[in-house]
Amino acid sequence: MDFLNDPLGVIRAWLAGLLGSFLPAPAVDLTLIVLGALVVGGLGLTTPLFLIWYERRLIGRMQDRIGPNRVGPEGLFQTVADALKLLIKEDITPIGADKVVYNLAPIMAVVSVLTMWAVIPLAVNIVGTDLNIGVLYIVGVGSLGTLAIMLGGWASNNKYALLGAFRTVAQLVCYEVPMILALIVPVLLASSVGVENPMSMQEVVRAQSGAWHEWFLFKAPIAFLIFFIASVAETGRAPFDLLEAESEIVAGFNIEYSGMKFGMFFVAEFLHAFTVGALVATLFLGGWSGPFVDQAPLLGVVYFVVKAFAAYFIIILMRAALPRIRIDHMLDLNWKFLVPIMLGAIVAVAVTDKLVSRAAVGPLWNAVALFGSNLVVAAIALAWVGRAARHLRSAEASRTPPGAAPAVSAAHDERGHAADAHGHPAPHAAH
Amino acid sequence: MTGLQIVFLAVAAAILAAAVQVVTTRNLVHAALWLIATLFGMAILFVLLEAGFLAVVQVVVYIGAISILIIFAVMLTRRVMQDTGPQTNDLRWLALVIAAALGGAIVYTLFQTDRQGGFPLANAPVPADSLETLGLYLVDPNAYMLALVAIGVLLAVGMVGSIAIARDDREKE
Repeated sequence: MDFLNDPLGVIRAWLAGLLGSFLPAPAVDLTLIVLGALVVGGLGLTTPLFLIWYERRLIGRMQDRIGPNRVGPEGLFQTVADALKLLIKEDITPIGADKVVYNLAPIMAVVSVLTMWAVIPLAVNIVGTDLNIGVLYIVGVGSLGTLAIMLGGWASNNKYALLGAFRTVAQLVCYEVPMILALIVPVLLASSVGVENPMSMQEVVRAQSGAWHEWFLFKAPIAFLIFFIASVAETGRAPFDLLEAESEIVAGFNIEYSGMKFGMFFVAEFLHAFTVGALVATLFLGGWSGPFVDQAPLLGVVYFVVKAFAAYFIIILMRAALPRIRIDHMLDLNWKFLVPIMLGAIVAVAVTDKLVSRAAVGPLWNAVALFGSNLVVAAIALAWVGRAARHLRSAEASRTPPGAAPAVSAAHDERGHAADAHGHPAPHAAH
Repeated sequence: MTGLQIVFLAVAAAILAAAVQVVTTRNLVHAALWLIATLFGMAILFVLLEAGFLAVVQVVVYIGAISILIIFAVMLTRRVMQDTGPQTNDLRWLALVIAAALGGAIVYTLFQTDRQGGFPLANAPVPADSLETLGLYLVDPNAYMLALVAIGVLLAVGMVGSIAIARDDREKE
């Protein structure tokens, strides 16, 4: 029963006893730490084998085709075969490439995603390490991924790759801003629930484990949505796949990569998408918390995986359903929509949480008030965007193109020469 | 020699080697990469000092933001891949004097401190939760609140200024 409650603890104690019989204590600690890192890394690296199959089948369903179903049961070993193929492919390095940086970039891409898993708690006692600054750590190692894509694009000595690298900066660096702003909200709410280290991932989960209304999804839906959108943009997948837009810049930053180096970028992207699902599950959906998790901690793994896959499912649906966003729209969405709303939402959540505090009205009404404040912010934001859109549409409508319908141009002339002042000559002005 | 000291010496040597590479490498992007290696070494030093928060902030701010900006500026302003301009300019002798003076002052201070019996800071008590203490100090009017607000204003001014410079004036017509 001990083993079922805390399998890692039992294994660790057993291994420590085994190694301690012939190694000094520091060496035992070091060995256990290295083993733990290997387990986290190995788990992270083998998950994409399943993720890629899952995503291909799901997108196949959405596009009314079958998807890979030949290799193994239901095509489950398709990715294994693909990985073998990638491994035995010729490994090409372009002549003008910067060799060291070129080879470093795919490694950094994988490392940046893999190291995130060190702080993601799978269950109450299954976590790589419970850093007291886990949330900040996620941001820190995530930014290494940006660097990897940039360097890969630059070192390939290819203009399309470089264009992809430039777009990387425009997209990944910008979308870090609303993502980090959105991360403030779970930390803030966890702190007001009263946990010790609100920035530790484990404590964020613990703060949500009380009841269903403790989930930060309900307390801060705006932060949830914005974190979700910004994180998907960070992964560089459709609809935010501007870095590797096939129809515009061929394959973007990874155009020159072949064999397993391309495979590593691929693995990093898929694992990053699933990591986003895991982060959403941890920060907003209560992570491993759920019914009976106190009696059987291992049940937490099931809850966590179900929640993470639910978020990942939505990410895949987004990828399959939405067209690629235009680059100026991508920037507008970030700076003119997500960032201002997120700033407003932080203020709204902080003020509401202080005014209608848990101590004063109890957890349930506190959650209701927070949800209401989020609705108000969302309503204001949507009204504001609607007004801006109407403004744009009317400006567009008053700009009549030459050779428009006569009725329209007549109406245009009645309003005098206003059109001339805008630098758009009326149809008759040319004569 | 403890394990911590061995790790410290190794990291310090790596930082110094990377820092030398920053100023001697002719390829600008490589120099930026060595700079990242240097800053990463600094983050490891913070970890060795059990200042995890500062270590992560170091990675977020310096590696995640500033280095990327530097690399991007290099990519935008230079002929990519083969740019190897001169490494010094007319102020190099002045720079040498200032750097030598600064280095001399630091070395002198270290020797003085060593003669007086080592670093008193090394024996200072570490607060149980340095992160929370830091946060409280940052919003305490008697501590660093004024500095924090001043930095905030400075950053806001910088942002407004950059927007004012980059703004498209044609929209005003």
